Amino acid sequence: MKIIKAGIWDTVQDLGRYGKQHLGINPTGAMDKYAMQVANALVGNDLNEAVIEMHSPAAGFLFTQPALIAISGADFSPMINGEEVPGLHPIYIQKNDVLQFHRPIKGARVYIAIAGGIKIDDWLDSMSTNLKAKAGGYDGRKLQKDDQLILRKQNLFTNTHQEYFVLPWTADLNWMHSDNSLNENIIEILPGYEWERLTNSSKEMMTNASFEISQQSDRMGYRLNNVPLTTTSNEEIVSSGVSFGTIQLLPDGKLIILMADHQTTGGYPRIAHVITAHHSKLAQMNSGDVIHFQFTDQKKAEQLYIKQQQHLQQLQNACMLRLKEYFK
Amino acid sequence: MSQQGLPYRFFPLGDSAITIDFGNCIDENINLEVINRYHQLKKDLLPGMIEIVPAYSSLTIHYDILKISKFYPDTNSAYGVMTDFIEEKMKLPVTNINQETRLIKVPVCYDPEFARDLEQFTSTKNISTEELINIHTSKIYKVFMIGFLPGFAYMGEVDEKIAMPRKQQPNIVASGSIGIAGKQTGIYPLISPGGWHIIGRTPLKIFNPEKTDPVLLRSGDTVQFYSISKIEYENY
Repeated sequence: MKIIKAGIWDTVQDLGRYGKQHLGINPTGAMDKYAMQVANALVGNDLNEAVIEMHSPAAGFLFTQPALIAISGADFSPMINGEEVPGLHPIYIQKNDVLQFHRPIKGARVYIAIAGGIKIDDWLDSMSTNLKAKAGGYDGRKLQKDDQLILRKQNLFTNTHQEYFVLPWTADLNWMHSDNSLNENIIEILPGYEWERLTNSSKEMMTNASFEISQQSDRMGYRLNNVPLTTTSNEEIVSSGVSFGTIQLLPDGKLIILMADHQTTGGYPRIAHVITAHHSKLAQMNSGDVIHFQFTDQKKAEQLYIKQQQHLQQLQNACMLRLKEYFK
Repeated sequence: MSQQGLPYRFFPLGDSAITIDFGNCIDENINLEVINRYHQLKKDLLPGMIEIVPAYSSLTIHYDILKISKFYPDTNSAYGVMTDFIEEKMKLPVTNINQETRLIKVPVCYDPEFARDLEQFTSTKNISTEELINIHTSKIYKVFMIGFLPGFAYMGEVDEKIAMPRKQQPNIVASGSIGIAGKQTGIYPLISPGGWHIIGRTPLKIFNPEKTDPVLLRSGDTVQFYSISKIEYENY
């Protein structure tokens, strides 16, 4: 497929590059790993297959050969040859079809998975783009107009249709709304090591106030527009490991939530951590959106994540069966 | 050589990582313990334990909740598995694994063209450029940790005469720039915003993504700088 119009921030990502953080090489990877894996499941890929992650305005594509794709994550009103198509369905695309995104409706990041994956050299065992290192993904950079993406493996699903068609099943993600996720603005957290440094009033603010995601937010981190929080200790923290979801307190009292492109180490107080199961939800928030933090515990956080992963596994198995049945 | 380990504490870094902390400080002995423990633990990682990140005085182990819960189906939580693992391993005496300390010699051109903050630095510290070069190159520095950027080595400690708090306002720093912040010295592996005082530049590529081993320096290495002229820099 060929890019006929560049998007604002489109990169190739997989689940991330692990095992190199001791070298200062950060994991990167998809912001919304759940959505990225759902897209892969829908087209029968391994869950870790590289996908295209896009922000709005997103790129436009011309398909130079038939392909089975799926779109997940944000709703940017996808269109094929000018006709609206749904997300969360496998879609069979024919040669010369054009895929574009009309306008952002919901969410912040959209994913396209292609059956067979994208042919790209891996760097240190991952296909994720590391823009800072200028390595991994598509030449270590964002996708541009006229870039050509080639299938890594032959498309196994063939058919005799003349036009693109949407396959009649969808990934049911309603289960995700069965718990706290019902309120889209609630992000569950665990206390960080320096939580106790906050003054009582700042601790109360953390769970009572709402936190707006500022304009200075990107794949590295979300800065929050909050009334400055205060601490009872200013003892310096020497640099130490940080993680996706770590909420740091900056010297001006504002908060930053570290996201997929975070550095490997940091030296600001670790006030709290967003639970892994809520990374996906957070990754679909835009600047201007408001977060309400709510504490949970280690055990519940783990269970929610396990539930998510089990669901993905079931989805992958079910999709594979359907695809085999449909294209036999 | 083996001995009883230093005191430590550990705490969860969210639900998928755990940090072992030896005291939140910059100290050669503690850092040596961190590096020795890093090598020791790395050999014994269990399924689901993804990687260990050593820092000045801490180790952070990142893990996969799902894999650990599959591997230990009877366990209460992945965090419980991690704490048991740490408590058991930390009972073992710490062994000095890094027997052969590498010494890496790094050429630096201290020409003002490559050293944006040199003039201000020498005037604030009231020393000549020659003195700065002599002091900076006379000591063998230890790499305490790698972090911040791919291959960025935090080294120390520099002589008090050339120690200076980091700048208030970071600006864009060229790849290869040699900086000082507090009693630390470091090399910028790539162009980046940075708040360290830039006193020179090395032609040595300390980060090269095209290599199978893209990062030159490791925690525990030692580094000595030597001064080169602008012509030597250009012909390096």
